[in-house]
Amino acid sequence: MSDAAHAHDAHGHHAQPTGIMRWLTTTNHKDIGSLYLWFSFFMLFVAGSMALLIRSELFEPGMQLMRPDFFNELTTMHGLLMIFTVIMPAFTGFANWQVPLMIGAPDMAFPRMNNWSFWLLPVAAIMLLGSFWLPGGAVAGGWTMYPPLFIQGGVSYDLTILSVHIMGLSSIMGSINIITTILNMRAPGLALMKMPMFVWTWLITAYLLIATMPVLAGAVTMLLTDRNFGTHFFNAAGGGDPVMFQHIFWFFGHPEVYILILPAFGIISQIIPTFSRKPLFGYASMVYATASIAILSFTVWAHHMFAVGMPVAAQLFFMFSTMLIAVPTGVKVFNWVATMWKGSMTFETPMLFAIAFVCLFTIGGFSGLVLALAPVDIQLQDTYYVVAHFHYVLVSGALFSIFAGIYYWLPKWTGHMYNEALGKTHFWLSVIGMNTIFFPMHFLGLAGMPRRIPDYALQFTGFNQIATVGAFIFGFSQLLFLVLVLKTIKSGAKATDQVWEGAEGLEWTVPSPAPYHTFETAPVVK
Amino acid sequence: MKSMWQRVGAMGAVWAASQSALANYAYNLQPPVSEVARDVYHLHNVIMLVCVGIFIVVFGLMFYSLIKHRKSVGHKAAHFHENTTVEIIWTIIPFIILVGMAYPAAKIVIDMKNTSNPDMTVKITGYQWKWGYDYLNEDVQFYSTLATPREQINNTAPKDANYLLEVDEPMVVPVGKRVRVLITGNDVIHSWWVPAFGVKQDAIPGFIRDSWFTADTIGTYRGQCAELCGKDHGFMPIVVKVVSEADYKAWVAQKKGTARAMAADNSKTFDVKELVERGEKVYQANCAACHQANGMGLPGAFPAMNGSKVATGPIADHINIVVHGGRPGTAMTGFADRLSDVEIAAVVTYERNAWDNKMGDAAQPADIAAARGGAAVAAAPAAQ
Repeated sequence: MSDAAHAHDAHGHHAQPTGIMRWLTTTNHKDIGSLYLWFSFFMLFVAGSMALLIRSELFEPGMQLMRPDFFNELTTMHGLLMIFTVIMPAFTGFANWQVPLMIGAPDMAFPRMNNWSFWLLPVAAIMLLGSFWLPGGAVAGGWTMYPPLFIQGGVSYDLTILSVHIMGLSSIMGSINIITTILNMRAPGLALMKMPMFVWTWLITAYLLIATMPVLAGAVTMLLTDRNFGTHFFNAAGGGDPVMFQHIFWFFGHPEVYILILPAFGIISQIIPTFSRKPLFGYASMVYATASIAILSFTVWAHHMFAVGMPVAAQLFFMFSTMLIAVPTGVKVFNWVATMWKGSMTFETPMLFAIAFVCLFTIGGFSGLVLALAPVDIQLQDTYYVVAHFHYVLVSGALFSIFAGIYYWLPKWTGHMYNEALGKTHFWLSVIGMNTIFFPMHFLGLAGMPRRIPDYALQFTGFNQIATVGAFIFGFSQLLFLVLVLKTIKSGAKATDQVWEGAEGLEWTVPSPAPYHTFETAPVVK
Repeated sequence: MKSMWQRVGAMGAVWAASQSALANYAYNLQPPVSEVARDVYHLHNVIMLVCVGIFIVVFGLMFYSLIKHRKSVGHKAAHFHENTTVEIIWTIIPFIILVGMAYPAAKIVIDMKNTSNPDMTVKITGYQWKWGYDYLNEDVQFYSTLATPREQINNTAPKDANYLLEVDEPMVVPVGKRVRVLITGNDVIHSWWVPAFGVKQDAIPGFIRDSWFTADTIGTYRGQCAELCGKDHGFMPIVVKVVSEADYKAWVAQKKGTARAMAADNSKTFDVKELVERGEKVYQANCAACHQANGMGLPGAFPAMNGSKVATGPIADHINIVVHGGRPGTAMTGFADRLSDVEIAAVVTYERNAWDNKMGDAAQPADIAAARGGAAVAAAPAAQ
């Protein structure tokens, strides 16, 4: 009897490795979600430190701290790392934790592939960071990798290509996993049009990733063969065209922008109804708007290239299609405001970040509309106006939604409430810091300061100094966030299962902290 | 439509002017001095006002809601979650606003792209890291390099008012003439940008793209390279002097005189001292950005000249590299098209006799002319 019970036990529960091996071999979606999030958090500090070095050099005119080529290495690496090792892994971390919990699945569809998707990322990051110590320094041609400049670089440029391949592989596998999980493993009764918005946005994002990552892989492979094997894809002297790279790159690059923001829309669409105590306004139109944005994102790529000198017809086509994206994006913003309207709102930290997201992301959307007008873009292309625009979208957009999501779900993950006073302090410092950095950059761009320059003319000094001060406020206030997360893991008031009064959905029906295995028998959704 | 536009533009201009008292803090595009730049300036003002208007309405409502519809004032949540009429209205209204913006923008695009019937044409070439200007019908050619001294960049001397925006040889154009610019790149992609003219055009190696402007006010206008082109991307400004027709004619005549003097030099023979003196200037303007003023290069990126195999080896090989370029794929391009025979002879001689290099020999303009002819044949398939 006891032998039989023991045998059953051994069969049912494989011996769990401990220590480092637990994390290296884990196939549990919650473990892997945590790995993604911690990796992203660590890289946020690495890539953020580079931003602080950049802002320090730009505090006043003249070269103070570094040589111009090192400055270019910093701007390039800051961009690559923030996109591929901070924002994207953070959203994948949320998907790992939340998608199974929100659709009532026991785990992701392909747990071993999930493990591999994650562990490829640190390898790619080490290759990128390690290239700082190679002869010639790290990659310095801009995160957009335009040839012929990118063809000139040293061995670290080849390493960057390889690293981009590995990160692309990781993203593609992660996306296959997410799509399969969502399409096949939903709880009985959970129809597609009943799925939480976060699940919807990730489903669409995963398709975007599968469609575009191979395009990026193709583009960088052509760079690799141009660099090493004598091909002339991008060399006019051999019959190629440098501008062709830009077309291919931005065919990936513009959907990539939405890969970085659609999951953010999803997180915000979970949080606002919870703290408004009112269902999401226009659920169906939110789904259709997300899908429209994704489809339109494949038709607008050349608005990044108005200054290359396209024919009139191409300029007009890309200007009109770009302006069109404002319509579904506007629908989303109106829906969020309508969700708050006549609600019964409270303002815990996740809600504060969500409200800041709606306001500040919209500023980024408006500057995007300004840039969509081709004649205005001719003046603003490659200036600090563009830097301001995409940081409003990526910092107060993507990053703020990540903060909001962490505050929102951390009690479910750890079983403890975070410290609300500390959370609010982090919020206000982040909002003030973020606007102090990036708002003045609009003026710098309008006045004519090009981006990616290590030194600038005297008339740009004032706003640059303001931006640098803001950067240090923003950067150091993220240490507060680290302290808050660590404190919440260790201690804090016990979280209830529902955590938030207005929260609805399957993830709030499991205990806090969520047990290692959840939904081993599928729940039934009415 | 036009008059509404101009009113809005004028409002913007008045506002911008009132801000100019705060010298260091400009809030809008630079004052335009061409028709296209003025149209862009007005278009930007209009779209800004539209955006600010929408922002105030939408977020006015949101903040009203944040204040009134909160739990702490006892507001009970309503339960509506859709309203087809409202949703259709807020899809259609933005669409109509966008069409209203797209129409004037499209007119400007068409105007910007119309480069027909120019009064004169200038070919502009981007190099790492300088600009070359070639006046097609005037036979005037020159290079335009950053004139801000290194000491100012390294903070060992006080900075001039036009720090980083000063060049040795500005482009000069007559006022009120329609100037067509043909823009290309020699090595990597650059971008020729003068905000006051509303012209920004990428300079793409292997392709020629065009743009145009008519400057309507005499003055000096400054811009910068707007596409990352490597280490000294931030140090290749553009300066355009807009002058009267008479001043322009005088400038062209003076340029041609200099070119004749240069051509005469090409048939002379110089001693080592003369060449080293002249070569130092050529080196600072063309070579020091990579190989450094002290000849030490940048380890891992750009080779040193001091003690290098090239500068202390056979003089013919040295001349060949400077004239036709280094190994393919490196940043070292040939200077055959950029420097005259006497300039190349001078810089080669300087590199062989500066720092610790004490070769004592000299390259003469005639040697360069020979190298151009001889090796050009061998190099032709690779270069074209």
